[in-house]
Amino acid sequence: MKRSELPDPFEQARVETGFGEMNDQNDPVTMLLRLKDVRKTAHNWKTFQSGAEPGRIVVPSEVNIRDTRQIPFEVDPPMHGEYRKVVEPWFKRPLEEAYQAKLKQQINDIVDEVLAKDSVEVVSDFSLKLQSRALTLLLNTPYEESDVWIGWGTHVFRSEGVALDGDKANILYDYIDAEIDRAIENPTNDLYSVLLNSEVNGKKLTKEEVKGVMILTFAGGRDTVINAVTNSIAYFADHPESLSRLQQAPEITGKAVEELIRYFSPLTHMGRVVTEDTQVCEHAAKADSRVSLCWASANRDGNVFDKPNEVVLDRKVNPHVAFGFSHHNCLGATHARQIMHILLMTLAQKVKSIEILDAKDNVEDLDQFQRKVGFDSLTVKFNPSI
Amino acid sequence: MAKITFITTDEAQITVEGDSGSLMELAVQNSVQGIDGDCGGVCSCATCHVYVEPEHVEKTGEASEIEKDMLELDDNANEYSRLCCQIEISDQLDGVILRVAP
Ligand code: HEM
Ligand code: HEM
Ligand code: FES
Repeated sequence: MKRSELPDPFEQARVETGFGEMNDQNDPVTMLLRLKDVRKTAHNWKTFQSGAEPGRIVVPSEVNIRDTRQIPFEVDPPMHGEYRKVVEPWFKRPLEEAYQAKLKQQINDIVDEVLAKDSVEVVSDFSLKLQSRALTLLLNTPYEESDVWIGWGTHVFRSEGVALDGDKANILYDYIDAEIDRAIENPTNDLYSVLLNSEVNGKKLTKEEVKGVMILTFAGGRDTVINAVTNSIAYFADHPESLSRLQQAPEITGKAVEELIRYFSPLTHMGRVVTEDTQVCEHAAKADSRVSLCWASANRDGNVFDKPNEVVLDRKVNPHVAFGFSHHNCLGATHARQIMHILLMTLAQKVKSIEILDAKDNVEDLDQFQRKVGFDSLTVKFNPSI
Repeated sequence: MAKITFITTDEAQITVEGDSGSLMELAVQNSVQGIDGDCGGVCSCATCHVYVEPEHVEKTGEASEIEKDMLELDDNANEYSRLCCQIEISDQLDGVILRVAP
C-alpha cells in the first residue's frame, strides 16, 4: 500500500446497513454513512439540530470542557442565517486578487524554504506554518501573530495521549479574550474589530458572541487545513506524474483541489442532536440522542462516485461533501480552496519529486471504525524542478 | 458562438457571448452577481443555481441524476432549476435566458 493511501473503513457498514455506532463518553453516536442520507440529514435542521448544548455536536463531545457557543456552527436557522449574513462577505475575501497575491507570496516562500533543506517534517515545519501564516490574511492581523500560533504546536486542544484537554483549550480561550479586549481598546480593520462593530437583528454582537466566532475560526481551520496540506505532500510524493500533469495542464488545478479534498475528507464527521423520535436508514433514532454526518464515508459512496477509492485528478462531476452540506457548509472553504489551489500550482512549478523518509500515521479511533486521516508526522525531502 | 442572457435577482440583465466552457464559467468571467461557482464546476456547491426561462428549457436539456439530487435539497429549487456549471456552452444554447436563483 502506498504511504499516501487513505483506505475507506466504512464500506461494508455503508453498503450493508448505512450506519455505524460509536460510543463517546456515554453519549453514543449513530454515524450516517451514505451520501444521500448525510445530505438529507444535514438539510433537515429541525429534526437534527446543531443548536444543542454547546460542544455536544462535536465528536468527541466537548460539553465537559467548554460553555461558549460556537457561532454560526452551533446555531440553527433562522438565527443561523442572520449570523452567516454578517460573516459571509468577510470569508469571501480570499476571492480578491490582492489577497491571492499575498497568499501566493507566502506559499512561494515556504516552498523555497523547504526546497533548500535535506529533510523536512511536513506537519510542523510546513503545514502548520503555512496554515498559521495564511490565517493572518483571513483575520487581517499582522503576519508576526502567526509565530504565536505556530508556537502552540499542532494540537492546541490536545495533550499527548489525552483526546480532550480543558487546560490546553484554555490557551486559545485566554488568547482570544485578550485579543478581543485589545480590539475594543484599539480597533483596527481585523476580524475582531469588524465583528465587534457588527450588528445582528439590530443589536451589536456581544463579546461572548465575538468569542464564539473567533474560536471557531481558529478551531475549524487548523487541523483541517494542516491535514489537507500534509496529505497533499504525501500524495505527490507517491505520484510524481500528477505533479507533471498539473504543470502541463494547470487548467485542471481547480478540479484536482476538489478531488484531493474529497479523497482526504479532513473532517471525518460532525454530529447533530435528534429533536424528535425518528428513523435514519430504517434504524430508530430517539429524541435527545446523537447522530453524525460522516462526510468521509459519504465521499466514498460507490453509488455516486465512480472509482471512489482512487484519486482521479480531473474528476469532472464530484458532488462531495468534504466541506459539509446545506446551511452549515464550511465558512472557511473559500480560504481553504485558495490555499490548496495556490499550493498545487506552486508545487507543480517548483518541485520535481518528493521522497518520503519517514511517516507516522494518524489513525482516528471511531470505535467500530479505525480511520487513517493523515499523519502525525511525515518526513520528506523535496527535490527542485531545475 | 451563443448569446446567453442572465437576469440577476435585482433584475439586472446581462447578455454575453460564449463558445466553450460551462455557463458557470461564463457567468463568473463576466461577474454575474449571484453566480459564485465555489467548487469550480464539479457539482458540489450549488452556488451556480439558475432557473431556465420556461420557453428555453429545450435548449439546456435535462439535469443529470447527480445534479437532480443536489437540487432536490435546495429550498429555492423548482422544475426549471439547473446548476449551470453542468451546462456546456454550444450553439444550441443561443438565445437562452437564465434567472439567477436567490
Ligand atoms: C480543507 C479544509 C476544511 C474542511 C475539510 C472543512 C470542513 C468543514 C465541514 C465539513 C463543515 C460542516 C460542519 C457541519 O455541518 O456541522 C465545516 C464548517 C465550518 N468550517 Fe470548515 N473546513 C475546512 C477549513 C475551514 C477553515 C480554513 C475555516 C476558517 C478559518 C473553517 C471554518 C468553518 C466554520 C466557521 C464552519 C461552520 C459554518 C456554519 O456552521 O455555518 N473551515 N467545515
Ligand atoms: C472550540 C472548538 C473546538 C475545540 C475545543 C476542538 C477540539 C478538538 C480536539 C480536542 C481535537 C483532538 C481530538 C482527538 O485527539 O481525538 C480536535 C481535532 C480536530 N478538530 Fe476540533 N475542536 C473544535 C472545533 C472544531 C471545528 C468547528 C472543526 C471543523 C469544522 C474541527 C475540526 C477538527 C479536526 C479535523 C480535528 C483533527 C482530527 C485528527 O486529526 O485527529 N474542530 N479538535
Ligand atoms: S459551481 Fe459548484 S455546483 Fe456548480
